[in-house]
Amino acid sequence: MSYHVNENGYYGEFGGAYIPEMLYPNVEELRQQYLDVMQETSFQEEFKQLLKEYVGRPTPLYYAKRFSSTYNTNIYLKREDLCHTGAHKVNNTIGQILMAKRLGKNRIIAETGAGQHGVATATVCALMGIECVVYMGAIDMDRQAPNVARMKMLGATVIPATSGSKTLKDATNEAIRDWINNPTDTHYIIGSVVGPHPYPDMVARFQSLISEEIKTQLLEKEGKENPDYVVACVGGGSNAAGAYYHYLDNPDVGIIAVEAAGKGIKSGESAATSVLGKPGIIHGSKTLLMQTTDGQITEPYSISAGLDYPGVGPMHAHLFASGRGEFISITDTEAMEAGLELSKLEGIIPAIETSHALAIFKNRQFKKDDVIVINLSGRGDKDLNTYIDYFNL
Amino acid sequence: MKRIQKALQQDKKLLSIYFTAGFPNLDDTIPVLKSLEENGVDIVEIGLPFSDPLADGPTIQASSTEALKNGMTTEILFKQLEGIRDHISIPLIIMGYFNPVLQYGVEAFCKKCAEIGIDGLILPDLPLAEYNLHYRQLFEKHNLANIFLITPQTSEERIREIDEASNGFIYMVSSASTTGKTSGFAEEQISYFNRIDELQLNNPQIVGFGINNAETFSQATLKAKGAIIGSAFIKTLTNDGLSGITSFIKQLR
Repeated sequence: MSYHVNENGYYGEFGGAYIPEMLYPNVEELRQQYLDVMQETSFQEEFKQLLKEYVGRPTPLYYAKRFSSTYNTNIYLKREDLCHTGAHKVNNTIGQILMAKRLGKNRIIAETGAGQHGVATATVCALMGIECVVYMGAIDMDRQAPNVARMKMLGATVIPATSGSKTLKDATNEAIRDWINNPTDTHYIIGSVVGPHPYPDMVARFQSLISEEIKTQLLEKEGKENPDYVVACVGGGSNAAGAYYHYLDNPDVGIIAVEAAGKGIKSGESAATSVLGKPGIIHGSKTLLMQTTDGQITEPYSISAGLDYPGVGPMHAHLFASGRGEFISITDTEAMEAGLELSKLEGIIPAIETSHALAIFKNRQFKKDDVIVINLSGRGDKDLNTYIDYFNL
Repeated sequence: MKRIQKALQQDKKLLSIYFTAGFPNLDDTIPVLKSLEENGVDIVEIGLPFSDPLADGPTIQASSTEALKNGMTTEILFKQLEGIRDHISIPLIIMGYFNPVLQYGVEAFCKKCAEIGIDGLILPDLPLAEYNLHYRQLFEKHNLANIFLITPQTSEERIREIDEASNGFIYMVSSASTTGKTSGFAEEQISYFNRIDELQLNNPQIVGFGINNAETFSQATLKAKGAIIGSAFIKTLTNDGLSGITSFIKQLR
């Protein structure tokens, strides 16, 4: 069994392109061209050069000695937090801006929740001198004012999504509507492994250099390419897709996906899609999503804005349904404690999204000689206010 | 489906109206339907509200949000529509997004539609390939016309494929837009209307998006068999309630 996308755009029963006809030409153009474009030598050269000189790759694979000894196992951190703009998101936006240029597009749109993907998109648009419009839920714009300011400094126009629940899913709806209204000159940079095929696969491929680097780096440090486990937090799932990518079809490597339980799975305020979701269609993809029995999409909750999405990428839905991935839910409290713990043990303040992945060790036992790689997807600067409020710092 | 075919055979341009079920009030569905038929509307699209209507603009989305707040569900809509064929004889089409249908169960949904006397479905996010592969037999078994959308960007090859899969009419989206966006048609749209007309498709076309008055209605139906009005009608319901229906329809043709 392969856990990669098949020729029809599905991961098992999940995926596809459930889009209105108005979007068909755009998505079809992308579907027909994305693999060819990505394989062009000039594309690869430009992509790799920017990742090296602009983003700062390869990011280190760091053996977290004090964190490891606390839990009596071996934990490596893949330092995506050291990427330019502070998270893995920029790997994808660099890839997609180069894609957009080759498709002849001169206008970029994006959705953003916490603002990380919006900032990463505004950054690459500034780099390339391309017009950038970012849709952001009106409520999120209030909660994440510094990121709104960053996007503006980078020259982007930020448009509040005032429909529905005024958060990430509504920002995504608005971005899709913009694309419907501007079908020829605009490329939509989706920020995660969600949306209609080919987006989940394209974004996963742009993020796949994370696991490509892990293999090389782990070989140097441990004399083997394969860890026993790769661990990542999952909202939509792009950092996880990148960290798992080259290990998906290798049964020797355990895959652990960590979702946000919010205030608890049964609290009604949660974002643990694998537990609370059912198969359905969101933003053009068949996947697991949180919804009412009537099929209306419900609003998720997590202290971390980046995990606050009612669906999950179709790759992850398949990893869950097939049993290939082990899914763990972590509450706000557990995540916040883990973020503080890593700060004190290793001198690294993680993003709260990432803190969820760091929190699994309290309840999940590992062997003494296990080698575990955690994708440290982002840094905690953006979350300082939340940390300050939570811990009364 | 037969009712759609019959309506299409009439020697006149057809006026089709979209409204969101459960809006402005939960129990307005049947009164709105009756009023539309009394005022001479030829086909009605009953909107099944959805939380995340991607292809719709702010007007229809707001009406969907309101309808959901009013408590509208698939179950309740079907209940309201039970026995509708004792009162209403014009074709009725349910228009909505695929997820609520999927959760109800596609087969159960089709069966229920057939029992009630629904003639067709418009599900903009159910793609052609999926329909042909998984659902076409089901729709045909229950005599439901599946109405596909085409846009100015749809290639001729794909229009032909859509024509092949259609068995009622084709919903011709007037311009690259979400609903309720444009006002008045430019050269560009007129030439698109002509281009589609020249394809001599098997299924007649009904134009939607951007039609809001007598002028745009007559422009849209110069070549096409009819036109659909949605957002402009929802605005009337929002402003004047059900008492605004008669005057709105009368000024259209």
